[in-house]
Amino acid sequence: MSDVKNVGAGAVVLSVEGVRKKIGRKWIIDDVTFDVREGEIFGFLGPNGAGKTTTIRMLVDLIRPSKGQITVCGYNVNRNPEQALQYVGSIVENPEVYTYLTGWENLQHFARMQPGVDEARIAEVVDIVRLDQRIHDKVSTYSLGMRQRLGIAQALLGRPRLLILDEPTNGLDPKGIKELREFIRKLADEGLAVFVSSHLLSEIQLLCDRVAIISKGRVLAVGGVTELVARNSPYVLWELEPFAQSVQILSKRPDITILQLEEVTLDDSVIAGMGERSLITVMDEELIPEIVAILVAAEIEVRAVHKINPTLEQLFLKLTEGETID
Amino acid sequence: MINLLPLIRNECLKIIKKKRFYVILLILLILVPMFTYAQMKVAERSQNKFNSDWRLEVQQQITDNQNSLGSDRIPEEWKAYRRIFVQQLQYYLDHDVNPNEPSGVTFTREFLDNSVSLFIPLLIMAVASDLVSGERTTGTIKMLLTRPVKRWKVLFSKMTALLMFVSLIVLSTFLVSYLVSGLFFGYKGFNVPIFTGFQINGDSVDMTAVHAVPQWKYMLMQGGLIWFVSVVVALLAFMVSVLVRSTAASIVVMMAALIAGTILTNMASAWTTAKYLFMVNLGLTGYLAGTPAPIEGMTLSFSLAVLAVWGAVAVIISFAVFTKRDILN
Repeated sequence: MSDVKNVGAGAVVLSVEGVRKKIGRKWIIDDVTFDVREGEIFGFLGPNGAGKTTTIRMLVDLIRPSKGQITVCGYNVNRNPEQALQYVGSIVENPEVYTYLTGWENLQHFARMQPGVDEARIAEVVDIVRLDQRIHDKVSTYSLGMRQRLGIAQALLGRPRLLILDEPTNGLDPKGIKELREFIRKLADEGLAVFVSSHLLSEIQLLCDRVAIISKGRVLAVGGVTELVARNSPYVLWELEPFAQSVQILSKRPDITILQLEEVTLDDSVIAGMGERSLITVMDEELIPEIVAILVAAEIEVRAVHKINPTLEQLFLKLTEGETID
Repeated sequence: MINLLPLIRNECLKIIKKKRFYVILLILLILVPMFTYAQMKVAERSQNKFNSDWRLEVQQQITDNQNSLGSDRIPEEWKAYRRIFVQQLQYYLDHDVNPNEPSGVTFTREFLDNSVSLFIPLLIMAVASDLVSGERTTGTIKMLLTRPVKRWKVLFSKMTALLMFVSLIVLSTFLVSYLVSGLFFGYKGFNVPIFTGFQINGDSVDMTAVHAVPQWKYMLMQGGLIWFVSVVVALLAFMVSVLVRSTAASIVVMMAALIAGTILTNMASAWTTAKYLFMVNLGLTGYLAGTPAPIEGMTLSFSLAVLAVWGAVAVIISFAVFTKRDILN
């Protein structure tokens, strides 16, 4: 496991130490360790079935770890749930609330389950998630996005110091996703520690400060998103004519590696825009102007040069050595 | 630290908002008039037949039953039951008390007697069977258990709410059947004497302990027993709903147990260890009326003890499982 120094410098709110979980004979979670600090958005990234939801359920005492310990603000979640969980707001998987109650009744219900939440606080969170128009309607009439917001309102009720969101963008439209992202950022800026799980790499990249990458129940890496990404050189996509000659020129350079199409995983949008005779290289982006000049001097038509930003997906593939995503 | 009271309030609120209790009331309001009407038809017919003389009617019942005792086609168990029945009828006749005096109160008493082992448990299951499994089916259990509240408190609040509603269901069954049947038979009859204390030994009845109590007192005793049966059934249904994830499965398990009880009760006697099963012990009110127990060796205190043990075990299992179990989905 590699570690990159933290970005945020706040106090540790959530600490997970050597957590393992055995279900049946199988170790579903095999050694997960990380910290989440005040004011940061911490991403928890992994393919489906990697153990993200199981880990989240352990964070909120729905599942007891077989080994290791989880502490929130210094309280052990499994031994002192009454103390630890009052600092935690969470949505595990979907925001499941009582559909036969109104939004307001749901919030009242959850308010009665934690200390120090009065009607004024309920009105406040309703305002925060902007549900005030429909809050007195039955939840069964809500759209998925509204239920998501009600779920967040419920999570914020007890003025938590740690917010846990499991795949929060599931089922939201692009506009909703953007709003949610801004909203989460605002909460983190106010000092909340936010823990977000996702199988969408771009999502984590856009949202999170730090990330833990999990696969098959193990944390492969923990670090700042930008630092982890910086470890990878970008791909550069070329469309050159004539093809054979350009391959010859590029392969002579020691600082350029030509990749076979099969070895790389790219976003569908990139693949769709690619010509049949595209070349993909790994190289320092600073070299691009120089290489273009060389190619032009050799009378090669440079039809397109396209820098593809490194993604967590590449990093992930590197770490897991080709395990497929999804 | 969260107090239990708001939690119990939550659970009651959910039961009410889920409209389970209204459904139960609705069922009662539809079924009770039907039973009352049927009962009225029976009363009308016998009145025409015996010219309103109940003594003739009881005498006829005794003769009919005695005649059937001579028949070879009737199984021995039934004959024993009829012999006891004949002796009881004779006792009523000797003491000049009409056992079938039609009134709203009598109807209610008989209706409660008949509904204690299946109908009332069924109504209770409508509330009890999805208290926990319902939260698991919809996934709201995750919201419930991630609050800073110990799990035993969550379960305790559910159980308390359940027991409150069980009491309410028993009370409303009584009220609805009294109010509805009173429309047909009149609301009087609380002071009619009812005999209780029949001791059954084999196929004869020991009358020494028999005494008359006013019907209202009889019904109080009956109500207590029905409430006890209901609580035990509720606790068992509650346990099943903790153990099983889906509400449908939870209902099926309890229904199967209850119906198995009715079948076993009718098969009777041959398999004596069946008397330790809770479902054959539900007919507690039969001991008051002097109906022979389905299996030999069963007495009121025996049945109470068996039910109490089943109920206690159900509570222990519910709490042990609920507080330990991982919520995986």
